[in-house]
This record gives sequence, C-alpha cells and structure tokens, in this order.
Amino acid sequence: MALLEIENLTVEFDTSGGTLRAVDGVSLSVEAGEVLAIVGESGSGKSVSMLAVMGLLPWTATVKADRMTFQGRDILNLSPSDRRRIVGKDISMIFQEPVASLNPCFTVGFQIEETLKTHTDLDRKARRQRAVELFHSVGLPDPERRLGSFPHQMSGGQCQRVMIAIALACGPKLLIADEPTTALDVTIQKQILDLLLDLQAKTGMGLILITHDMAVVAETADRVIVQYMGRQMEEADVLTLFESPKHAYTKALLSALPENATGDRLPTVADFDLENTPSTGGA
Amino acid sequence: MLRFLLFRLALLIPTFVGVSIVAFAFIRLLPGDPIMMLAGERGISAERYAELQAAYGFDRPIIVQYLDYLWGLLHGDLGTSVVTRRPVLDEFFTLFPATLELSLCAITLAVFLGVPLGVIAAVKRGSWVDQSIMGTALVGYSMPIFWWGLLLIILFSGILGWTPVSGRISLLYFFPPVTGFMLIDSLLSGQDGAFRSALSHLVLPSIVLATIPLAVIARQTRSAMLEVLGEDYVRTARSKGLPPARVIGLHALRNALIPVITTIGLQIGVLMAGAILTETIFSWPGIGKWMVDSVFKRDYAVVQGGLLLIAGIIMLVNLIVDVLYGLVNPRIRH
Ligand SMILES: Nc1ncnc2c1ncn2[C@@H]1O[C@H](COP(=O)(O)OP(=O)(O)OP(=O)(O)O)[C@@H](O)[C@H]1O
Ligand SMILES: [Mg+2]
Repeated sequence: MALLEIENLTVEFDTSGGTLRAVDGVSLSVEAGEVLAIVGESGSGKSVSMLAVMGLLPWTATVKADRMTFQGRDILNLSPSDRRRIVGKDISMIFQEPVASLNPCFTVGFQIEETLKTHTDLDRKARRQRAVELFHSVGLPDPERRLGSFPHQMSGGQCQRVMIAIALACGPKLLIADEPTTALDVTIQKQILDLLLDLQAKTGMGLILITHDMAVVAETADRVIVQYMGRQMEEADVLTLFESPKHAYTKALLSALPENATGDRLPTVADFDLENTPSTGGA
Repeated sequence: MLRFLLFRLALLIPTFVGVSIVAFAFIRLLPGDPIMMLAGERGISAERYAELQAAYGFDRPIIVQYLDYLWGLLHGDLGTSVVTRRPVLDEFFTLFPATLELSLCAITLAVFLGVPLGVIAAVKRGSWVDQSIMGTALVGYSMPIFWWGLLLIILFSGILGWTPVSGRISLLYFFPPVTGFMLIDSLLSGQDGAFRSALSHLVLPSIVLATIPLAVIARQTRSAMLEVLGEDYVRTARSKGLPPARVIGLHALRNALIPVITTIGLQIGVLMAGAILTETIFSWPGIGKWMVDSVFKRDYAVVQGGLLLIAGIIMLVNLIVDVLYGLVNPRIRH
C-alpha cells in the first residue's frame, strides 16, 4: 500500500476575477522510503497541490479529488481536528523561506518543543532532551544554546535546519519539502539537500521534493512528476525520464541543463512547441 | 538600553521648556486675569486692583514673570494657586489618583475589549460579525464625548436609574483616602455597600472615556492581525497541527500586538484629553476637571503647572510603552 495516493486532484481558487484552476487533474503516489520529485516552472501548482494534502489552503480554495489517501486512510474529507492529529506528526512540511517560516517572537527551542508537546506525551524535561537530539541530528552546532536563539539571530541555512528538525520531531512517515533550498546561498543549498536525503535514508520516510532544478532531480529522486500550468505532464522514474522524455516541456526542462547546452546559448522552454505535442497526464 | 533611556530623558528637557512656554502664554492670552475673576461680579476698585496685581507680581514685564516662573520650576516649585492658596503640586497629588483610577479603568476596558474584538473581526473578515464590529468601532471613534456622556447619563441614570450621575462615591460614605483609589479605599474602609457605590460611580465615566481608545485599538488589532495571518510562520504553526486557538491567540496575536502596543501608548494622550471632558460631565474630582475649573478662574499657576505635569505623565507613559515594545519584540531587544 502506497503511503500517499492522490488521484485526479483539482484545486480551484475563488478570486475577484472568477474561478482560477491552479491544479488540474494531478495524480501521484509515494511509497515509504521513496523520493518523489515534483518539477515545473513557477505557478504550475506544485505548492498548491501539496498544501492541499496538508489542508493548509485558504478558505477561498476548493479541493476535489477522486481519491486522496494517506496510509490507506481518506484525508480529503477529514474533520479539522482529525487532520491536526496527522499533520505535523505523520506528514510534515518545510517551506521555501526558512527565516519567514519561523515565528520571530519565539525562540526556536520553544517552537520545536511546542510540536512535541502537541503530538507526544513527553514531559518538559524529555521534550528538552529530544529537542537537543533533533538539533544535533540536523547538524546545528551547540544545540543546547541554540534552543534559546531567536530566528533573526540565525542564518537562513540554520533556520532551514531548525525547520527540518521541527518537521522530523514526531518521526513523520512523509516529509514534503517545498523548494527547501531556493532561498539559500548556493554553497548552503547542497548541504541542506544532502542533509534531507541523509535523514530520509536513515528514517525510511517518504520524501516529496518540490524543485525546479533538474540537476537536483537527477541527483536525488527515484521518480519524477512534471507539472505545467496546473496539469501533470508526465510521471516516470528518473532514468526513464532523462533517457526518453515523452513530453516537449520535459525535453525543454532537460535541455536547459548546462551539460545539455548546444552552441553558445541555453535553450529555453519557449524554444519548444508545447501546444502540438500530446501530453500524457491530465488533459 | 541604558543609552536609549538616557537619550529619551535628555529629550524631556526641550519638551518641558516648550510646554512651559506654551502653557504660560496660552492662559495669559485669554481675556481677564485671576484678580478680576476672584473679584467676581461685584467688581473691584482700580487702586485695590493695582495693589493686588503688585502683590502677585502680575504687574512686572511678561518676560520677567516667565523667567521667575522658570526659576521656580528649576527648584521644583510649581507655584501656588491664587484661588486655594495651596501649592500646585499638593493639589495635583490630591486629585491625580482620581484621574488615574478613571484612566486605568478606561484603558483596561479598551484593551481587554478592543484586542479580542479586533482579533475576532480579523479572523471572520468580511462576515457580518466583522462588519458589525468595525461599523460599531467607526461610530465609537467618531462619537463626540460630551454628547455620548450625556446620552448614557440620560439612559442609565435618568430613565433606568441604575447609576449615579456624578462624583466618585455616594455622600453616605466617608473615609480617609489611603491609596487615593476609591475602589480600593472603599474596600479597605469595610463599610457596607461602599465598594458597590464606588463601582457604580465609576462605570459610566469609564465607558465614556474608553470609547475612542477602544475603537482605535479594535481597528488597529484587526489590521495588524490581517497582516500577520498571511505570514509564513502562521502557516508553519498550522502545519504543526496546532489548534486554531493557539495559532491565532499565540502565534499570530503575539506578533500583531507589537504595533498595537504603540497604538495603546498613543491613546494615553487621547485619554488625557478625554479625561478633561469626561470629568467635567460627571463632576469627577480629578485633574481634568481641576484644569477646566482653573482655566475659568484664570488660575495661572495651576494651569501652567497642571499642563506641565500632564505633559510629563504622557511622556513617561510613552517611555514605558517604548521599553515594553522592546520587550515584546525580540528583534529590537539588545
Ligand atoms: N491563495 C491563492 N489565491 C489565488 N490563487 C492562488 C493562491 N495561491 C496560489 N494561487 C495560484 O495558483 C497557481 C499555482 O501556484 P503555486 O504556488 O502552486 O505555484 P508553484 O508551482 O509552487 O510555483 P513556484 O515555483 O513559484 O513556487 C498560481 O497561478 C498562483 O497564482
Ligand atoms: Mg511554490
């Protein structure tokens, strides 16, 4: 049984200019221990579809799906209180802007212990202990002292490590990482990515990695989903995708990789005729 | 922090000089003078008038009078009331607790109603709940205090007979002031019904005085909350599976309170201005009423000293608010 299974997910927003379909017929499944990458350009509905899984979309959003299950259990029509028992514990998520994702008014220690307090029955001392272990496991130096820091006293990379520690606090089965390195320095990006993969391998959890960096996909993912304008273009395991991409958009993404450059300029997505190519997913 | 405090304290000096000039000039620009007012309708002979002018020193050039006043200030002497012949500072300390009690009740009411109402309006934005809260706040904000006070008196004191019209406590009760706060003193006195009486005298003036700050705080809380609710860390808090009460009441509100605290500080000035009207309407024996009475009597020393003291209080409260601001906002804590 797959960890997370989604069939034909659509998300629509009520906006002043009418309904906006941000996600249109996306299907995916993730197994335990698997790394699934979701790629696609900005605005293609990657974040929105994962926020739908987490139940974090604003009330203007309407989420529909033929099927959305976590460990075989329906999570589409979950009551808010039942959802809160899963979210943050069995499924957790980290975001693109690590500094903005942490509350500036509270110490990072408070913010991680709060998660433990919500989902476990550890006492104060045990929570502290566990927080120190978690900070240690994500490579934060001097964890005891770090617990007393405020987010603004830390770098972006350190904040993302804190976010990862919080996400892993209750031993989740699935971690969704929404462009976890985009906002970081290039030198830090690789460290964070390696950390995520290392932790994923150690814990055996499923990992959904949203990115628009094909190089990252090639290095990390088992399977890939390509999204374009809210629709799923293709789904394949990494080798297949890189060897024989079916869709023009995927080809465009791949040829934008530096090692595929021909001549003196990089091809862009605009060089490809997307309209006349049959798509495999959605439409 | 120490440098910040010293800097703020140094700023007090030019402010005090400014206020002292304005207060000094303002009361003298009004037609009439204390001696004419004391003489009343009977009038006074020209010789006697000149004699009294000289006795109080009002015949000297204005600049000399001001420098003399300033000299007194430097020695902590705010002058003496022409009417009561008591030192201004003594009178102030007798009356100030009444104003403080009223203001504290009003600001407590404004904060403890205004903040939750603003939060509810923000969470339910666009709904009828939001619209009625914000509509009421707008009415409250534009309410003329004098008219609003009279309206409440007519309704609750006149028609319903629930509350007394004026004063701090019924004349049936008498006890020496201990703290100066009627609510506490009435309890300490142990007299039956004294506390009830003090409370019923306090209710209407507090509501009247709280109205504008309440409206301002509710509106400011709402807009601060709306901004904060869209922040990434609120999404993170929800993604941790925290209950909505904690997400809103702790993670969002804690951040929203930062600008709200500044607003509350600014309301202290509004409160002082409101106290003058409110105390007059309800014959509340505080410094607001004292100021108004003294202006009518052209009691120079009292008006000057009173304005200076009020300005001092406002600056002190603002200083406290700024320190508090630093405490709730870790980003500017040193
Ligand atoms: N709250 C919202 N209200 C209305 N439209 C929204 C909302 N959130 C997202 N959208 C729209 O949904 C579409 C998909 O957005 P989404 O954030 O999922 O893109 P993305 O693939 O994650 O892009 P990026 O790579 O920039 O993160 C966009 O067109 C966006 O404008
Ligand atoms: Mg996104």
